[in-house]
Amino acid sequence: MSEGEATPVPDAAVTGKEKEFLKAKSYLLTASTNTGINLYDHLSRVLGKILDERPDNVVDIFEDISKDSKRTKFTSDANTVQDKVDRSTEVALAQVQRKLFTKGSDDGEDDVAQDDEVETPLPNIMELCFFFEQAGIGLNREEMIRIWLALKSLVDNHPLQHVRFWGKIFGTEQNYYVAEVEYREGDEEEEEEEEPEEVQEDDVVEKEGEEEGDEEEIEEDDTPKPDFKPPPTVPKEENRTGANKKTYFVCNDPGKPWVKLPLVQPNQITAARMIKKFMTGRLDAPVVSYPPFPGNESNYLRAQIARISAGTHISPLGFYQFDEEEEEEEEGEGRDHFVENMDFEGIPVRELADPSLGNWVHHVQHILPQGRCSWWNPVQKNEDDFEDEEEEEEREEPDEPTPEEGPALLAPLTEDEEVGNMPAWTPALSSALIPQYSIAVIHSNLWPGAHAFAFEKKFENVYIGHGQKYKSENYCPPAPPPIQEEFPSGPEITETEDPTPEEEAALRAAQQEAADAAEEMEEAEEEEDEDD
Amino acid sequence: MESEGLHLNIDYVGSSGIILSPEQKAALQTSLVILQNENKFNRVYLWGKILGVKDDYFIAQGAYKDEFAGRKTFYSKDCIHWGLLPPATDDMKKKSALAKGRFTGDPSYEFEHVETKKVGEGDDAVDEEETTIIKEEDRLSSVISEIDEDVRIVPRGAFVQVPTAEVVKNRSFEGLSVQEAAKLCNYMHFREAKRLDLKTLLQRANMDKAIDFMDSIEDDVPRGSWSLQFERGSGLLTLRSLQWPGYVFCHVPASQKYGSVYFGTGEKNLDLPFML
Repeated sequence: MSEGEATPVPDAAVTGKEKEFLKAKSYLLTASTNTGINLYDHLSRVLGKILDERPDNVVDIFEDISKDSKRTKFTSDANTVQDKVDRSTEVALAQVQRKLFTKGSDDGEDDVAQDDEVETPLPNIMELCFFFEQAGIGLNREEMIRIWLALKSLVDNHPLQHVRFWGKIFGTEQNYYVAEVEYREGDEEEEEEEEPEEVQEDDVVEKEGEEEGDEEEIEEDDTPKPDFKPPPTVPKEENRTGANKKTYFVCNDPGKPWVKLPLVQPNQITAARMIKKFMTGRLDAPVVSYPPFPGNESNYLRAQIARISAGTHISPLGFYQFDEEEEEEEEGEGRDHFVENMDFEGIPVRELADPSLGNWVHHVQHILPQGRCSWWNPVQKNEDDFEDEEEEEEREEPDEPTPEEGPALLAPLTEDEEVGNMPAWTPALSSALIPQYSIAVIHSNLWPGAHAFAFEKKFENVYIGHGQKYKSENYCPPAPPPIQEEFPSGPEITETEDPTPEEEAALRAAQQEAADAAEEMEEAEEEEDEDD
Repeated sequence: MESEGLHLNIDYVGSSGIILSPEQKAALQTSLVILQNENKFNRVYLWGKILGVKDDYFIAQGAYKDEFAGRKTFYSKDCIHWGLLPPATDDMKKKSALAKGRFTGDPSYEFEHVETKKVGEGDDAVDEEETTIIKEEDRLSSVISEIDEDVRIVPRGAFVQVPTAEVVKNRSFEGLSVQEAAKLCNYMHFREAKRLDLKTLLQRANMDKAIDFMDSIEDDVPRGSWSLQFERGSGLLTLRSLQWPGYVFCHVPASQKYGSVYFGTGEKNLDLPFML
């Protein structure tokens, strides 16, 4: 502004040209009513800036510079506001994650000694991450470090025997990091007691009961009761067996608290097979679907984890073997226990990457259509109802007559069914350029996002994806059940035709006749009585 | 994602499970530079990867001065040798919509689609089978152009339309602020506008012609087909398309860093309405 005001007042004796010049200048000096600056000052500032900075091709970016200088003028007084930019979420997360990077106790030396002595169940995640990275699978390295530290805190806080990074599931709002753990024998029960896990389910049942009760009280008439009997619910598998063999913890961000997922119920698995939903990232979110899913998102997540594990957890042939001592005892039921093979020598990478896939085996039990790994026999008379459930079979393995049977544990991948004309697995070498040092990778086509690698004696599975199964056909929700019949139509409710007048007359005549005859009879009897 | 600084920027989408192996990174750094030089492109982008059953395709795109017009698409199976893809014509797109299943990994593979048609009238009608053959290379090209059409996005203001109607990078783009980045209306479909005419006059009056020359993704159907998430608190924004699962866009708020890649099977998620 000051530059403009400094213009000298012109003398009376000015030439026409000068007058024109002054007119133009005063026009340029007119301050804008909106912003209070004038073009003269602005141009001089812009040109000054250009001459100071001397950018290339200045005519092309002249507008930008002009805009810039206007903007800086406006924000120059607002520095204090800029400093207040809200980065609270970033800071908050950093604060949470800082805990991961601090050591537990102050006396560091004792810690180191302890750590060395006690065998920790924590896996060497960075090594596994390195192998996966060779194959172009996985997450950022720094993210993996965070996950590793988060797993460490999980190990420190729970009596665990075995821990594994299961994978990451993307949600629409947040993501889940999933840890697969096994408790040490006996230690889990103690923890279980503290956690009111079962209460939720009981609540639901109770509530339903209450609602029914209320309805009955309100209605005065007898409400008709449906004669529909729900098929018997399949009991869930006990902890440490079948689909509940492992326990799963999830968290939304490494460093945030780990949440234990509830045990999976067979009906949740069968329902999860029929629906296709994205996860939201909130464990308590309802699953709105048809057919209705029993439970909230934590149950859905757990069911998907069980399905993915059963379908995609694989290991090189011979890494695990059946325990020979136990073998005889469990012969009838199908073996569900295996031990690590100490003599495993590793399979050459080339053989593992062979498309015949004979060198890979499933090491997680197949989940039957029933939703359990071991078949549970429903009551005999309900067997017909049960047949329906079998149609829900959607795994790659073929249908089997009751009792349901799936592929045995440690069955090779060759038995997996094709997924819509393509093999269920795609094996590959990590490098085509240096095959001598490459590792064998295998991608699942049935569960896109599930991968495994094997190299010498090491192997690992990981899942990174949306938690949805691949289907070659588009999803089609099951049709609603057929409408219930109103009432069985029989003679008692069919409308009869009205009698014609002739029929009525005939009936009346007949009735009259009968009445007359009865009267006569009575009279005759009376007479007889009188005679007596 | 721009080839320049690819090895660093690819880390931004790492949390979506998209990473390149060190070998691929090294190979891309070499081959994309050569690609750019040989074709005299202004910029080369790593467009993404399409997963096939047997093999995968890496896709790169080269752009001249105008980012819209004259983009060329290349594919490679080893990240070194790039082959030019034919531009997708309407006929190709129509045909490849018929192809089912995933890509195989062999560009000369031919998908077959058999359609039964009734020929003749009345009782003389005879079923006749008409076989359409779709080459995988053509399908690849049309899927890429479809993804570009449907989901390729840029932050608002990252590109400007200059008076000569060319679309060029905005030199003075300073990134979206954290608050702005959380709004879907600040991301634009990087394609010729289709829906601008549908806006009311009042809405159009407030638009900046140089910046608002594309459609924003706010009006995308179905609503919720974008999953917007902040990572590292608010240090990184990730937008995932649920319509084309595998398309990931990332932007570091208040910086010029943004980019997007597609790492997926090349199949559109037609089940989306059921899954939300």
